[in-house]
Parts: sequence; structure tokens; C-alpha cells
Amino acid sequence: MIKSQATEKINQKKHQVMRIQNVSLSFGGLKALIDVSLEIYQKEILAIIGPNGAGKSCMLNIISGIYTPEEGTVIWKGKKREKVAPHNIAKMGIARTFQNIALFTGMTVLDNILTGRNLLMKRGLFYEAMFLGWARDQEIQHRKKVEKIIDFLEIQAVRKVPVSRLPYGIQKRVELGRALAAEPELLLLDEPMAGMNVEEKEDMCRFVLDVNEQFGTTIILIEHDMGVVMDISDRVAVLDYGRKIADGLPKDVRTDKKVIDAYLGVG
Amino acid sequence: MDFWFFLEVLIGGLLSGVMYSLVALGFVLIFKASGVFNFAQGAMVLFAALTFVRLVEYGVPMIGAAVLTMIVMVILAIVVERLVLRPLVNQDLIILFMATIGLNYFIEGMAQTVWDSNVHVLDLGIDEYAAFEVGQAFINKFDVMAAGVAGALVLVLSLFFHYTAIGRALRAVADDHQGALSVGIPLRHIWIYVWSTAGLVALVAGLVWGSKLGVQFALSTVALKAIPVLIIGGFTSIPGAIIGGLIVGSGEKLAEVYLGPFVGGAIENWFPYMLAMVVLMIRPQGIFGEKIIERV
Repeated sequence: MIKSQATEKINQKKHQVMRIQNVSLSFGGLKALIDVSLEIYQKEILAIIGPNGAGKSCMLNIISGIYTPEEGTVIWKGKKREKVAPHNIAKMGIARTFQNIALFTGMTVLDNILTGRNLLMKRGLFYEAMFLGWARDQEIQHRKKVEKIIDFLEIQAVRKVPVSRLPYGIQKRVELGRALAAEPELLLLDEPMAGMNVEEKEDMCRFVLDVNEQFGTTIILIEHDMGVVMDISDRVAVLDYGRKIADGLPKDVRTDKKVIDAYLGVG
Repeated sequence: MDFWFFLEVLIGGLLSGVMYSLVALGFVLIFKASGVFNFAQGAMVLFAALTFVRLVEYGVPMIGAAVLTMIVMVILAIVVERLVLRPLVNQDLIILFMATIGLNYFIEGMAQTVWDSNVHVLDLGIDEYAAFEVGQAFINKFDVMAAGVAGALVLVLSLFFHYTAIGRALRAVADDHQGALSVGIPLRHIWIYVWSTAGLVALVAGLVWGSKLGVQFALSTVALKAIPVLIIGGFTSIPGAIIGGLIVGSGEKLAEVYLGPFVGGAIENWFPYMLAMVVLMIRPQGIFGEKIIERV
């Protein structure tokens, strides 16, 4: 399955988290993905790139289980994955951020990130309603974890501010925080640096690398900024018109003739 | 101006305002958690009160009737989620709003078909006309009890919304469906929780109003009084519903007594709406509503 030798080399010892086999998906007459295969290895940072409409977001949605492929299979941790309900994706250990931020705008930064831990909280409606005993202890425990994330992302100053009042770059950071709060195994970032200035991009790069390093989270990101992609990813997969045209180390992909023709050369 | 008389009118107004708040609360809950103005809230009040009063008439003790009615309201919530909300996921809010108008007629009709359309007397065992004196002002005992119930309900709901995981999940769903799903919040359960809670509020409102006006079709129009309350207090705020109710209640009674004679009276009925219009002009989101910030 592995096409590039370089990829094979770096991933030899790594454990496969997910394998996508010959997946196809179309919307009406539009073929969004055609026979795409992709492996995702534990603790790697994988970038998916490609021109507009290449099927990148579609790929991300297949990985996260929002779309079920028409053909092909998705193997998650060695088992074939069937159709999943959208709210059960988080339960599998997959968290994500969105291209257009999907934060809870009326809530504070703290509450947004705390909501990310919802699944980790044991529910007890009666105790919760009364705010008694362990419901309270639980809340305090989760609060501590959230404070750590807030420190990590350097957003202490805006902790109690409703997110709708924050600048775009910070909102993106909060969204990352919410995803991290779930302690995911696999983190999907849909254009995490889009619309940011250079400084904000540098911060975000640093956070992505730190998350990968400190928590050992596997990260898949879609990004348009080639500089960023080449800098932070361990591996790059290139899509064009719904097909995968390259998959390998950043330095190899950069010099790949097909990639240059399809994407880099034109842009 | 007679001070004691003023005080009596003011307190009477505030207390009846709390009762408006009780109805407004049901709207706020559903609006907070789904962004939809639930037109059917009034019908739910009627349905809950009618179910309760009929069960009592069949000889079920009051506590039992309250529990049974609550179960019925939960079933209603489940049915509404399954048949109305689920097929309309991700549709425009205006479409959901239209659906609640349909729901309103359906529940009204069902309530009167299943039970009947007569006026029923609901006696909670409290004398409506008993009053006690504070200084020289007479204060209605029943109104004070009703205000107490409403106050307790608001306190519990506010705490629940702000300090519990489920409360946060409710607010999360209201803000962003996609985001809520991505952190593993099941929309369906949340909607059932919200509509059940709105059902509980409808039941309490139905009991309080029902024992004051009698359980009858007019109960569903009590909801109309909630509209100025919501506009003044803000659609998204539980404390706002209370403050809005107090302003409307005291405002209309004071206006009736002190301004009424100059314009021929009966201004109680339209005064709240005029007040709401003024608020709309000055502060469209209401006193406690979330600020509308638009970036250009």
C-alpha cells in the first residue's frame, strides 16, 4: 500500500492508526474523491494539500466519519469502521477544528473549552441539577485540566471573555483548546492558519508542534500556506481533482513533478 | 398621592409580573437551547394544566397528577423531537419557527379533544382572595406564593444552565450545532431535555395561572403577555425573563391606576406592548440579552 519509499522508511516502526482503502465519494455528478488510499500513523503530523476543490475537506470528513464513503473502507485501529453518528465521533477519540470557526459564541473561553470535556464527565442528572457532592468535585477536576490547556495556549488573559468578542486569531486558538480538552488521539485541523497574520501563524505552528510532541497526538491538517506545511509536517499527501497524486516527505513532495504541475507551479 | 395605595398597586403589579415571567421562562429555555421562538409554549401551558386538572377530577391525588402530567410532558418532548425537530435539523430558524406555529395548533386541538373544552376549576388548596396587611397595604397571599414558586424555579434553572455539564451542553447546542456535535454532544438528547424542561415550566405556569383564571382555553393566550416580557428582558436571559416580568407587571398596573383616568382607562392591556416598543428602539436585544456585535 505504501507508495513512497521515504514514507516507508520513516514509518517503519510506527503504528498505524487508520487506513483508508480505495475510497470514492461523489455528490450528484461531481466526483469528490476517486479511489484514494491513505495511511495515518501514530504520532505523525500529516498535511493534506491540494488546489481548491481537490477534495481535501472531503477527505477530512471521511476520516472524521461525517461522510461515509460510497466505495472503499476505513480501518480504524485495525477494525473496519461502519457508519457512525456524528456525535459518536468524539467518543472514538477524534477531535477537530473547523474551517469556519464553530465555537459557542455566547459562552466564555473557559466554558467553551470545558464543553470539550463533556464526554469525559460522568452524567448524573439529579446530582447535577442539585450540584451536589461528587458532581462538584468532578467539575473542579475538569476545571484544573482546562486551566492547563488555557496556560498551554497562552490565553489566560481572556479566560472569562465571551468568544464572540475575541479577535479571529485567538478564536482559532480557543477552538484548538476545545478540541484538545477532549484529550483526543487524532486531531483534525481544517485550515488552522487561514486568515492569520505572520505572527499568529507562527504561534499556531508552535502550538501544533507542541501538542504533537507533548501529548503525542496524531495530527492531520489541511493548509494552504506552503511554508507552514513544509515546516511542520512529517508527511504530506497531495490531492488533485479527487485523486491522490503524491504522498511522502515534504522535501520529496516539493520536488515531485506531478505536484509542481498540479499545484505549486501554477500557484 | 397616597403612599400605601401606591405600594399596594406596585406590589400587586410586581407579583402578577412574576406570573408573566413564569410563562416567559418557557420561551427563554427553548430559545436559549435552539434559537427558536417556540410559538407552542402557550399551548403547552394549556395542555399541562388541562391534563393535571382532568387527572385530579378523575380522583388522582395532586402529587400523583403532577408526576403523571410531567411524564406526559416528557413524552410530548420526545414526540416533538422525533416528528418535528429531527427532520428539520440544519434548516433555517424561520422554518423551525413555522413548525412551532403548526405545533401550537396541534397541541391546542389535541388538548381539547383528549380532555374537553370546558372551563375547569383548579383548586390548589390556597385561598385566592386571602390577603395580609403590610402597613396599610393589602397583599394577596396567593400572588406571594406564586411569586415564591416562580423565584425558586428561576434560581434552580439559572444555576443548572450555568454550572453543570448538561447546562453547558444546552448552551453549546444553541450556539453551534456543528461544534456541539464535534465535541460529542448528542443533539437529540439535548432537545428532549430542553423541551421536557420547558414542559415542566409550562406545568408550573399552568397550575398557577389555571388556579387564578380557571383551566380553560384562554390559558394559551396568556403566552401573548410573555412577548413584551421577552422583548424587555431579552430572549436569551433567564434573569431577564424575571426582570422583564416585573417591569411589565408593575408598569401596567401603575399605568392603569395613575395614567388610565386621563385617557379613559383600559390601558393595562396595551401598555406592556408600548413599553416593549420603546425598549426595541433603544436596546433591541433587551435589557439582559446578549449584545449584538457586528463586525464590518
